[in-house]
Amino acid sequence: MSKSTAELTLRELIEQNRLETEIRPDSNGVLETAVFNPLTRRTFLAGLSAGSLLLMCRVGRGDTAEVADASKVNADAFAPDLWVSIAPDGTVTVLAHRSEMGTGIRTGLPRVLADELEADWSRVVIRQAQGDKRLGDQNTDGSNSIRFFFDTMRTAGAIARTMLERAAAQQWKVDPKECYAELHQVKHRGTGKTLGFGELVEIARKLDIPDKKSLKFKPRDKWRYIGKDAPITDLTQIVTGRAIYGIDARLPNQVFAVAARPPVVGGKVKSLDDSAAKAVAGVVAVIKLPGFKGAPTFQPLGGVAVCATSTWAAIQGREALKIEWDHGANASYDTAQFAKSLKESVNRPGSALRSAGDAAKTIAGAKKVVKADYSVPHLAHASMEPTCAVADVHTDAHGKVTKCYLRAATQNPQAVQQSVGPAMGIPNDRVEVDVTLLGSGFGRKSKPDYCVEAAMLSRELKRPVHMTWTREDDVQHDYYHAISAIHCEAAVGDDGRPVAWLQRVAYPSIGSTFSKAADRPAGFEAEMGHTDLPYDVPNLRLEVCRAKAHTRIGWLRSVCHIQQNFAVASFVDELAHAAGRDPFEYLLDALGDDRMIDLKAAKLSNRGATAKEYPYDIARLKNVVRRVAKNADWARHKTLPKGRGLGIACCRSFLGYTGHVVEVTISRDGKLSIDRIWCSIDSGTIVSPDRVLAQVEGAAVMACSHAVFGELTFKQGRTVQTNFDSFHVAKMSEAPKEIVVDIVPSEAAPAGVGETGVPSTAPALCNAIFAATGKRIRDLPIKNHSLSWS
Amino acid sequence: MTNATVTKINVNGTDHELKDVPGETPLLWVLRDHLGLTGTKYGCGISECGACTVHLDGAAVQSCVTSVGDVGNSKVVTIEGLSQHGEHPVQQAWMQHNVPQCGYCQAGQMMMAASLLRKNHDPSDQEIEAEMWNICRCGTYPRIRAAIKAAGKELRK
Repeated sequence: MSKSTAELTLRELIEQNRLETEIRPDSNGVLETAVFNPLTRRTFLAGLSAGSLLLMCRVGRGDTAEVADASKVNADAFAPDLWVSIAPDGTVTVLAHRSEMGTGIRTGLPRVLADELEADWSRVVIRQAQGDKRLGDQNTDGSNSIRFFFDTMRTAGAIARTMLERAAAQQWKVDPKECYAELHQVKHRGTGKTLGFGELVEIARKLDIPDKKSLKFKPRDKWRYIGKDAPITDLTQIVTGRAIYGIDARLPNQVFAVAARPPVVGGKVKSLDDSAAKAVAGVVAVIKLPGFKGAPTFQPLGGVAVCATSTWAAIQGREALKIEWDHGANASYDTAQFAKSLKESVNRPGSALRSAGDAAKTIAGAKKVVKADYSVPHLAHASMEPTCAVADVHTDAHGKVTKCYLRAATQNPQAVQQSVGPAMGIPNDRVEVDVTLLGSGFGRKSKPDYCVEAAMLSRELKRPVHMTWTREDDVQHDYYHAISAIHCEAAVGDDGRPVAWLQRVAYPSIGSTFSKAADRPAGFEAEMGHTDLPYDVPNLRLEVCRAKAHTRIGWLRSVCHIQQNFAVASFVDELAHAAGRDPFEYLLDALGDDRMIDLKAAKLSNRGATAKEYPYDIARLKNVVRRVAKNADWARHKTLPKGRGLGIACCRSFLGYTGHVVEVTISRDGKLSIDRIWCSIDSGTIVSPDRVLAQVEGAAVMACSHAVFGELTFKQGRTVQTNFDSFHVAKMSEAPKEIVVDIVPSEAAPAGVGETGVPSTAPALCNAIFAATGKRIRDLPIKNHSLSWS
Repeated sequence: MTNATVTKINVNGTDHELKDVPGETPLLWVLRDHLGLTGTKYGCGISECGACTVHLDGAAVQSCVTSVGDVGNSKVVTIEGLSQHGEHPVQQAWMQHNVPQCGYCQAGQMMMAASLLRKNHDPSDQEIEAEMWNICRCGTYPRIRAAIKAAGKELRK
């Protein structure tokens, strides 16, 4: 039962289009995480006798940040599963298996476990896991970490706590029901006797692992850490400059590499003169990198690498290379032309992914039809830390690769294993990946092409090689957010409400990075802001149209919501104004009655989540709209003078709900000031409230930066922008002055946060600009338009 | 190869002798690759983002465009030397406001803020915006602003 590319989820797409199959796949495939398939007692003890946690799970060598004293994770520890171990001195070590790139996840998930364990947070040490498929999904993207692992962490904590309670009962010869854990101790209800966690290790490690069904979980009102704030675990390291990122990773005897990559994707080296480069002081070697075969996937782009004793010497060596390129098939890619073709594409019928009633017929017979075309350019991730990794490839006496060790700023250490393994001709489990802190990622660092480069160079040089992408490399060779066009068309009734809605989108698909055949938006992309249209309209037709890729397309924080919700939430504002109605009231009206969207009928995958756990609940969407309007004192929008305006927008994304109001002031000569942004977010149960605030604040800044300045253009197949001087990112003076975030209290299942704050920001901003000036921005970025008024 | 040259610089109060490091090498890479002081970050190499900001005799400079040969007798201070254990008022305020997200740009932000506050203990919003042109891609600007004001308040005590 193979699905077509268009039907796959992003994860399936990556999985199915991996370049290779593993050289020696484990016979059983992926093991469930230990919690759901607890290690047997036999393997548990075997693990302990040979070093416990370290053997049972790959734990980082520990230069990420503060780590456990290795002596504390020793053979005497109590380690009931992969996630947690308790040493005889009481130190609790919790494994963090998702990558820390600024969301606070290295703190958040361990706190969920510590809460259920009743551990004293001050005695908890966090260790970063290596890439290890036994841990389950480690691809830190899609705003999935808490959603995927909240229950896993609680279960792991409950298992350990239950065993400690049983150990105490055994010691005191009482019924375990009379024993309960509280803040690093187990207490006896009758006598008030207590034993510390550390004192119970010796007995606990000999007990059977309790059946999952026998576990009792703490009630919500007893939660100690979930929903309460704590400083992120790396805070001190960061503010004192001691935190280690991928660019800071060092291995003995390493050399530093930079590379000249083909300016056009798919290009190749035609001729190379490296004599001047080799003469640069400090340059150790110049090595050609192979380009990718088939679709780009996570293979290197090819080109020429320069390895040297310092990054600067490598950069100087690269400057001195004389390379003639064969630019290949994408050499004529021109985004100005391509944007026109996308607009033409969405003004012709495409293929419908969701429909109801008869939109075409209703529109054809309607008295009043409103139409608008929107577009968003390519965007770059531009993480402050460019992609970096150090690799150390080991070979045997015959020069055959035996293993590879990497330290990498990666969002997905398992993807590093799956990419480096085949490239080196070794099984994936011979690729050992330590994860450093990430100087943000936004999706770029889920794609480990740079790790493969480092490994290839290390294999050649037989010593560790640290690959650094310069900012120029980062901007010119990204997996870009897709350039797009969106056509919206609605027939409106006498009351101004839409009675038919036709919408078409065209943009090169992320699928094109994995399959040459992909030539239109896939279902998982359309579902992010297009086919998940929340409005209550009887006649619907939501289509995708053709668009070929001419560069590498990737996922960037909030992905296709960037362009699709920009269009959808701008267009509803346009309809409100066309009807002469208040945009806030109109929005609520368009959202319709409180109801659950029928996921099956709308053909929505709902990010793989069930309708029971994560319903598409219009009442929750309307709730955030009402709350944000109240917080922003929406009613005053009517009294604001020209040049000032409020805009409103909403979105359901990554299973969470947001409403945004943006307030702007625009001078007569068109200078834009984003005075204030309000956001109400409902992402269900919240683990770390302050980090949710931080994520939503940051999302607002990033979304405004993209909306106002974000533009990556191509001429003759290569990017026009090369660095922050040309790919402009908002600075403090250009960012929103104040961001007010309201977290909706909720006991619903935890939804996404990191990306959820992005989608409704840009349309609220553009709706505010319209309110202030009467100028409707349909083609981003805003900087390309004059906002002056008189 | 030319004859061995020696460049002397003082970083965080310690004298260093660098052998065979060309004078035009940016201070950034000397700090990071030769001296192992990786707290100072690379972000752009063209003085656009401020991630590499250090102090030269107390003034904020971008180490990516400062040649090591031009440092001379000036004293270089990096994030590792801003205080012994993070007790500088700027670092304290950064922690109190939980400013960092990914944290990568924050060394540069704090070095810039410390330099600003040295000159002016009570900067206005406009003054903060004018001086703090560092890029933060995570978007921590509102908290940076708040932390600078808090640190200024501490310094005025």
